Amino acid sequence: MELCPLIKNILLLDSEGKRIAVKYYSDDWPTNSAKEAFEKAVFAKTQKTNARTDAEITMFDNYVVVYKFVQDLHFFVTGGENENEIILAAVLQGFFDAVGLLLRGTVDKKEALENLDLILLCLDEIVDGGIILETDANVIAGKVASHSMDAGAPLSEQTITQALATAREHLTRSLLK
Amino acid sequence: MAQPLVKKDDDRDDEVDYSPFLGIEKGAVLQEARVFNDPQLDPRRCSQVITKLLYLLNQGETFTKVEATEVFFAVTKLFQSRDMGLRRMVYVIIKELSPSADEVIIVTSSLMKDMTSKTDMYRANAIRVLCRITDGTLLTQIERYLKQAIVDKNPVVASAALVSGIHLLQTNREIVKRWSNEVQEAVQSRAALVQFHALALLHQIRQNDRLAVNKLVSSLTRGSVRSPLAQCLLIRYTSQVIQESTNDTQTGDRPFYDFLEGCLRHKAEMVIFEAARAITELNGVTSRELTPAITVLQLFLSSSKPVLRFAAVRTLNKVAMSHPTAVTNCNIDMESLISDQNRSIATLAITTLLKTGNESSVDRLMKQITNFMSDIADEFKIVVVDAIRSLCLKFPLKHRSLMNFLSNILREEGGFEYKKAIVDSIVILIRDIPEAKESGLLHLCEFIEDCEFTYLSTQILHFLGIEGPKTSDPSKYIRYIYNRVHLENATVRAGAVSTLAKFGAMVDGLKPRIFVLLRRCLFDNDDEVRDRATLYLNTLGGDGAVVETDEGVKEFLFGSLDVPLVNLENSLKNYDPSEKAFDINSVPKDVKTQPLAEKKATSKKPTGLGAPPPGPPSTVDAYEKLLSSIPEFASFGKLFKSSAPVELTEAETEYAVNVVKHIFDGHVVFQYNCSNTIPEQLLENVTVIVDASEAEEFAEVDSKPLRQLPYDSPGQTFVAFEKPEGVSAVGKFSNMLRFIVKEVDPSTGEAEDDGVEDEYQLEDLELVAADYMLKVGVSNFRNAWESMGVDFEHVDEYGLGPRDSLAEAVNAVINLLGMQPCEGTEVVPPNSRSHTCLLSGVYIGNVKVLVRLQFGLDGPKDVAMKLAVRSEDETVSDAIHEIVASG
Repeated sequence: MELCPLIKNILLLDSEGKRIAVKYYSDDWPTNSAKEAFEKAVFAKTQKTNARTDAEITMFDNYVVVYKFVQDLHFFVTGGENENEIILAAVLQGFFDAVGLLLRGTVDKKEALENLDLILLCLDEIVDGGIILETDANVIAGKVASHSMDAGAPLSEQTITQALATAREHLTRSLLK
Repeated sequence: MAQPLVKKDDDRDDEVDYSPFLGIEKGAVLQEARVFNDPQLDPRRCSQVITKLLYLLNQGETFTKVEATEVFFAVTKLFQSRDMGLRRMVYVIIKELSPSADEVIIVTSSLMKDMTSKTDMYRANAIRVLCRITDGTLLTQIERYLKQAIVDKNPVVASAALVSGIHLLQTNREIVKRWSNEVQEAVQSRAALVQFHALALLHQIRQNDRLAVNKLVSSLTRGSVRSPLAQCLLIRYTSQVIQESTNDTQTGDRPFYDFLEGCLRHKAEMVIFEAARAITELNGVTSRELTPAITVLQLFLSSSKPVLRFAAVRTLNKVAMSHPTAVTNCNIDMESLISDQNRSIATLAITTLLKTGNESSVDRLMKQITNFMSDIADEFKIVVVDAIRSLCLKFPLKHRSLMNFLSNILREEGGFEYKKAIVDSIVILIRDIPEAKESGLLHLCEFIEDCEFTYLSTQILHFLGIEGPKTSDPSKYIRYIYNRVHLENATVRAGAVSTLAKFGAMVDGLKPRIFVLLRRCLFDNDDEVRDRATLYLNTLGGDGAVVETDEGVKEFLFGSLDVPLVNLENSLKNYDPSEKAFDINSVPKDVKTQPLAEKKATSKKPTGLGAPPPGPPSTVDAYEKLLSSIPEFASFGKLFKSSAPVELTEAETEYAVNVVKHIFDGHVVFQYNCSNTIPEQLLENVTVIVDASEAEEFAEVDSKPLRQLPYDSPGQTFVAFEKPEGVSAVGKFSNMLRFIVKEVDPSTGEAEDDGVEDEYQLEDLELVAADYMLKVGVSNFRNAWESMGVDFEHVDEYGLGPRDSLAEAVNAVINLLGMQPCEGTEVVPPNSRSHTCLLSGVYIGNVKVLVRLQFGLDGPKDVAMKLAVRSEDETVSDAIHEIVASG
């Protein structure tokens, strides 16, 4: 029996239900068309609801889906039907807030696509193979934003901005400890 | 995947979606990936290209094997750069490309270097990537580093190692098990998520050891677990321990209940909810235990967060099924949720209320629901309809208002599924509540006056035909039915004709009028409608005389069909129009479960060499067709049963052979399905030499060799045996595959002229008693049992000796007899000490057999069994006992 909380997928869609970034952690949808069908169904089911202040939730084909919208971005986290809804909501909130931090407040589709690398790294830091890695948005964003040379690189290769970024990262990390 | 550039309105020109990936194309991006090979790497540009590649993958684009390999090799060059951002992207894309084993070697050293780096980010990510793409052999090399990483002082590194451990446990259990000490240390970590991951891994390592899990839970429930997620895990483990140990605690307090109750006061909502849910799901939970959990869930109901409200109402909904009274306290909060913005929450609230409501509140509730129904989607309406149906069955006195409600919503707009749910509900209510019958039937009649769904119309007409004639005034339904003959499509018209005929057959007073109506149908422009009308007029004696309808005619016209429809359909398809009339007795009665089993078997087969061999023809009908096409076997008579294929070779051997046992009355045919998995060989004259020295009653009469067996195209060879007629002879057969091998030139595909004779040993095959038993279920075992009578009953008791569990013993006997379990009795509830299992089947010679098995635990592990057999033939009853006695 599987006792560990598991995430089935995390989706970031635009206001027409098209993919911006998605990540599936389960074999429930083996093909791309199965995935697209799921995304389409989820989007159709949720698009009319108002999930802009609080995360909303629905049951769907024996999956629990929690979701939250901002501007033209739709965030979804899916779990199995017996999953603790509040855990799923925590993952959603972590993802949502981390994206907000990484995009520095202007959270919309244009910005998200221009910083797709950050979004993909963000997904990578939240869940690993279905198991929750981290739900604290500050920690997630901190890990993703560490754009700098590694410590061993000669200083001459670092630009001023990079050096500043390194310093900032060190600071956040010491604050987080 | 290019996004089409759609210009909307001219004045909104500047609002056209701008995307950095507009017009992106796979080929171009693959070209761009060449920058990875530049001697002077530009990290920013490389990052961008990787992002583009990931974007393509994310949009569902696939790379060919060659493309993926090329990208992978190019990416490995990027390990030279020391730019952290780029390195992170490299890690992500390596995971996405999931390189094959021989490619992994290229990055192993780079990743191992990163794994021992001073930079935490490198260590953590290198571990995750390496563990994702590695196989067992490499794991032993890096095991030392992984153990270190688990207790690394950086929480990110520790978590990465622990989570990787959880994944690796599935494939390399033995290795991961050796990390127990380190994992145990990590459980004590101060970092919240490390603790969570460590606990998850530790439990999975020990999950098969009940005592160890018990110890783990009791030590942790006393200590302090910091992370809410870890606390949730602990609650799940605890309730599992409780579930397994409640055998003898009916009197005293439940162990660990205090811990669960304490968690209800935790500061994290996810923990509170997890604990409340765990308490409600306890086996045989008492109302005293439930109260605190219900109280916190009630608080959640009025939370401002939809997720909390949903979680609470969903859990309470489940509780309401078993403990409706415990939930009544929340009714006021529930009622306010009926108007909740979130329709999922509102529907759950309604259905919970319907479950907990008492007789007096029904009317008030129905009023609220009527307002609510108009603005929810069909799928929610269906849930409500189901709930109303169970409510009506619970309070039959309220059937009037509930039936009215159903008929009202039946008249409103709605899709097929929704309408079907309503019709089904009304049908069930009519069946179970006699007082509701007349009004229910009239509601249905009104519905078909204006029904757009052919399926529902015919279903209702059929139902009317059964129930209508039994009412006090059958004549009032005739008008509705005959209207259908005028107004509907051919399918419904045909259904209406049959219904009319049923009224005519059952109610003698109506006969003359029915005949008039049926005669009019003789001029219908549809063949089926005319045919039915003619048939009914003739069999019912359409000369206008009021005579009582003959029992035989009634049975012929309206009796149930005792063969599965699918089989009948196939037999009819195979039937060749000729002098000989189609005989319904020749239709196999075997319920087909094989296609399913077949599917499972093929999907499990490894796709190692080329395409997996296509499964042999599977269904009974296909077998029958195949066998009857072979002249040698045509004289054997009707095929009684074909077994599921039995593998005679190990998986992934040179030649794969499985066998299907075909049982005839006086013969047995073994069908060997062979496939050749060696591309360089062609087999000719393939036969199976069967040694039947351990099967005395069998004599080989014929064999049919396979002329050619080329690579990857399976073929069959047959061996037939004669056996005493009608007797369930058993025995063991040893098999040897004999053939002539010819070398094939792989380039031309042509075989050489001379071959070598060769043999290949197959596994033994057994013919057991269960092969003579058809799995045929009965819908009502009790009726079948009573009507079979005690004439040939044979009862005896057996000791089955020590068994692992009652369920295991039950399954063993079912498999031994090869019979169909009835009414779900093959499932043994956990912890029960006795069990009754009902089986039915047809034994060779077409003898119906019913078996009642009563199991009991005798002492700690010994299982005793009482076997009662009833059949149509005394020797068969005895034979069943013999099977058990010798098994």
